[in-house]
Amino acid sequence: MNRIIKFVFFDIIRNKIILGYTLLLGILSWGVFGIEDNITKGLLTILNVILLTVPLVSIIFSTIYIYNSSEFIELLISQPVKRKRIWLSLFNGLSISLILAFLAGAGIPILLYAPLRIGIMITLSGCLITAVFTAIAFLSSVSTRDKARGIGVSILLWLYFALLFDGLVLFILFQLADYPIEQAMIGVSMLSPVDLARILILLQMDVSAMLGYTGAVFKEFFGSGMGVVLASVFLVLWIAIPFSLSLRKFSRKDL
Amino acid sequence: MIWINNISKRFGKLQVLDDVTLTCNKGECIALIGPNGCGKTTLIKTILGMVVADKGDILFNAKSIAKDVAYRNQIGYMPQIGRYPDNMTIGKVIDMIKDIRHSDTALDEDLYNAFELHKLADKKMSTLSGGTTQKVSATLAFLFNPDVLILDEPTAGLDPLASEILKEKIISEKNKGKLILITSHLLSELEDLVTQIIFMQDGRVKFHETQHTLKEQTGEATIAKAVTHLLKAGTYE
Repeated sequence: MNRIIKFVFFDIIRNKIILGYTLLLGILSWGVFGIEDNITKGLLTILNVILLTVPLVSIIFSTIYIYNSSEFIELLISQPVKRKRIWLSLFNGLSISLILAFLAGAGIPILLYAPLRIGIMITLSGCLITAVFTAIAFLSSVSTRDKARGIGVSILLWLYFALLFDGLVLFILFQLADYPIEQAMIGVSMLSPVDLARILILLQMDVSAMLGYTGAVFKEFFGSGMGVVLASVFLVLWIAIPFSLSLRKFSRKDL
Repeated sequence: MIWINNISKRFGKLQVLDDVTLTCNKGECIALIGPNGCGKTTLIKTILGMVVADKGDILFNAKSIAKDVAYRNQIGYMPQIGRYPDNMTIGKVIDMIKDIRHSDTALDEDLYNAFELHKLADKKMSTLSGGTTQKVSATLAFLFNPDVLILDEPTAGLDPLASEILKEKIISEKNKGKLILITSHLLSELEDLVTQIIFMQDGRVKFHETQHTLKEQTGEATIAKAVTHLLKAGTYE
C-alpha cells in the first residue's frame, strides 16, 4: 500500500461517522435476520435499505472528505508527487475504507445468513455501489470549488439515482406502453447504477415479482448468466467513467 | 536553471500572467516584487505546477516541467499561507513529507532545531498560530537541502527573532550557491539578501535587473528608493 493511501485510510477509519455507518448497517442486518424467519424476505428488506443508504453515505461522505482534504492535496501537489497518484490514492483510500465499513457492518451477517451465491452477490454489489458513488463524488467535488454547491450536487445526484430514476422509468413506460420498448428499457436500466445492482442481485433470487420492470425484461432477454456479466460490466464502467472524468479535470485544476 | 517562456494565465476575465519570460540561474538570489495581485504568487505556483499555465512553457534544468514531477525534488517551497490538514500534528506532517520525498540527501534540520519545533511536535496544525505555521512551512522548505528555494513572503507573520533566524538561513543557503526566489513587500529586508530584482505589475514583468545596476542607474542608496524612483520616472516602460 502506498503512503498516501495508507494515510487516507487510517485517517478515515478513525472517523466517527464511518464507525456509526458500520454500526448502523450491522444493527440493521443482524436485527432483520434475527427477527425475520424467512431468509428471502429478510434479504429483500436489507437489499432495499442497502440500495438507499450505501449510495447516500458513500457519495456524501466522500464529497465532504475531498473538500476537507483540500489542504492535504495542496501540500502534496507542491511535492514531487504526480497529480494522478494523489487523486488515485485518495480514491483508493476512500473506497477501500468505505467498502470495509460495509463489509464489517452488512457483509458479515449477509454472508452468514444468506445462501452462499446470493450472499456473495449482495456483498459484491454493495462494494461496487460504494465505489460507484465514491467515483461520482469525486466528479462532483472536482467540478466546483464551492463546498456547499458540491455537496448539493452530490445530494441531487443521489436523489436522482436512488429515487427519481425509478419514477422516471415508470413514467416513460406508461407513456409508451403501446410500443415495443422492452429492449430500449434494457438500455435505460444501464443508466442507473442502483438499478443495475438491484438487477444483479434479484437475478440470483427467485423473486421475479420484485425484479421491477427493467429487471424482468433483463432476465427474459439475457437469461441469468449473461445478465449478471453484463450488469457487472456496466457497474464497473460506472466506476471507471466518472473517476477518469474527474481525474482529467483534476489534472488541469489550479490550486 | 529555470527558464520561463512566454507564460500566460487567465482566471476568468482577469489576465493574471501576461506573456512572462524570465531566466533564473544558479547562485542567484532573486526578489520578486510588485503590488498586491500582480501575479507573483501565481507565477510561483506555475513554476511548482500547482497552477497550469494557459500558454507558454517552463523548463527546469532544460526539461519541461509539464511531463515530469521529479524536478520538485530539487525545490523547497514555502507558501505565503501554509495550509495543512487540521487533524495532523507538526511531527506527523513533517514525517509524512519525509516519507513522500524519501530523499537520499542528508536532512537539513537547522531550522527545525532553531525554531524548537520538537517541543511542539505533538500539537495539531489547527491549533497553531499563523507564525508557528510559517515556521513549519519554512522548516519543510529547507529540510531536504533543495537546489532551489522558493519563498513566498517568508517573514510575514514571524516574530523578529524567528525572522532573523530565517534570514540568516537564507543567506547561508545563498552562499552555498543555491537559487533563491523570494517575494516580499518589505523591501528594506531584502537589502542584504538579494542579488537581483524582478518587478511585476498587472501580470507583466516590468524590469529584471541586478541590485547593483538598479542602484547605479537610479543613483539611489536603497532598493526601496531605487524602485520608487524608477516607478515615478516611468523609465521601465
